[in-house]
Amino acid sequence: MKIKVFYDREKKEREIELSANSSVEALLEKMKINPEIVIVSRNKDIILKEEKLRDNDSIRLTSVISGG
Amino acid sequence: MNCCDSKPIIELGAGRLCKQHFTEYFEGKVFRTIRQFNLIEKEEHIGIALSGGKDSLTLLHLLKKLSMENPKIRLSALAINEGIHGYRDKTLITAREFCEKNDIPLYIHSFEDEFGMSLDDALKVLDVKPCTICGIFRRYLLNKKSKELKFTKLATGHNLDDECQSIMMNQFKNNIGASARLGPKTGIKESDKFIPRIKPLYLCTEKEVALYAMINSLLDDFNECPNVSKSYRAQVRDMLNDFEKDNHGTKYAIVNSFLQVLPDLKDRFKDVELNSCTECNEPSSKDKCNACRFAEKLRKARLTAEQ
Repeated sequence: MKIKVFYDREKKEREIELSANSSVEALLEKMKINPEIVIVSRNKDIILKEEKLRDNDSIRLTSVISGG
Repeated sequence: MNCCDSKPIIELGAGRLCKQHFTEYFEGKVFRTIRQFNLIEKEEHIGIALSGGKDSLTLLHLLKKLSMENPKIRLSALAINEGIHGYRDKTLITAREFCEKNDIPLYIHSFEDEFGMSLDDALKVLDVKPCTICGIFRRYLLNKKSKELKFTKLATGHNLDDECQSIMMNQFKNNIGASARLGPKTGIKESDKFIPRIKPLYLCTEKEVALYAMINSLLDDFNECPNVSKSYRAQVRDMLNDFEKDNHGTKYAIVNSFLQVLPDLKDRFKDVELNSCTECNEPSSKDKCNACRFAEKLRKARLTAEQ
């Protein structure tokens, strides 16, 4: 399945391919992003690592690292 | 284990919390931190070091709640504009809007006004790491302006991650004296040269602060300073986050074990002499404070560049 991901730290949207029934955890692993540093949301709802993703989902990754 | 039937938004050591229970947990933790470490008295004029980022906005939001129930606690916000184009200009807009909406006076002072140059311009003429000069100038201005504005305390948005990084950085650099100045209330001993600084978000992780700011719509974007990626602190931060991923609770353990030795550290360094800078009269361990030394370097470098 294909997931559209916008990562605010990269300021761009990417399309990530995952096997069906993959979770948020699998997505972050594929993107090599530490779950400690992001809040994951789908359609403005915050979702946790075991949430199953669906084909064509639009996911936003908000980096918690900010400031100076 | 979920707190209730509502959808959880965060997983913590003790379980998963929904929006309502996370809000209660987070706010409870901040107010307990204030009580546990005696950070705020019944009557105070608290200055909040406000950058317009998630930490300082969260801090201001919560101290506003506290002051509404305790009218003798007066709040003011103090923002330092380093002059980092594309970053600070944006966060100051958020800071202004927030203070206007919450009826909190905001005082803004810039590097340019005080030292004759923005940080961006200073970095063009001085061969120095951005965070070095930024930190020195910012701390100098915060203390100086806090005294002028007659704050009884200055509250900063430093969180558990920040403290953890500072502890580890000081260990790695064999700079234990610097760690003696850390803690929920900074400084080793009271002095009229320093406005005491407090960190009410001390036991909150960066992720918790970000989540709280997000669910309370305190700001639209979380911006990172463009100079941070070049810093030693960023390396330590990434190392700690990588370790925390597979070893949950590490950051809490580092800070909690540090708190146990902090009283001994403060006692060990309590006799360090604190003088006044011969130029500006601000606190300094040497004849000339670091801010004045760098300001002089800046003046010389600017003259050379102009010739």
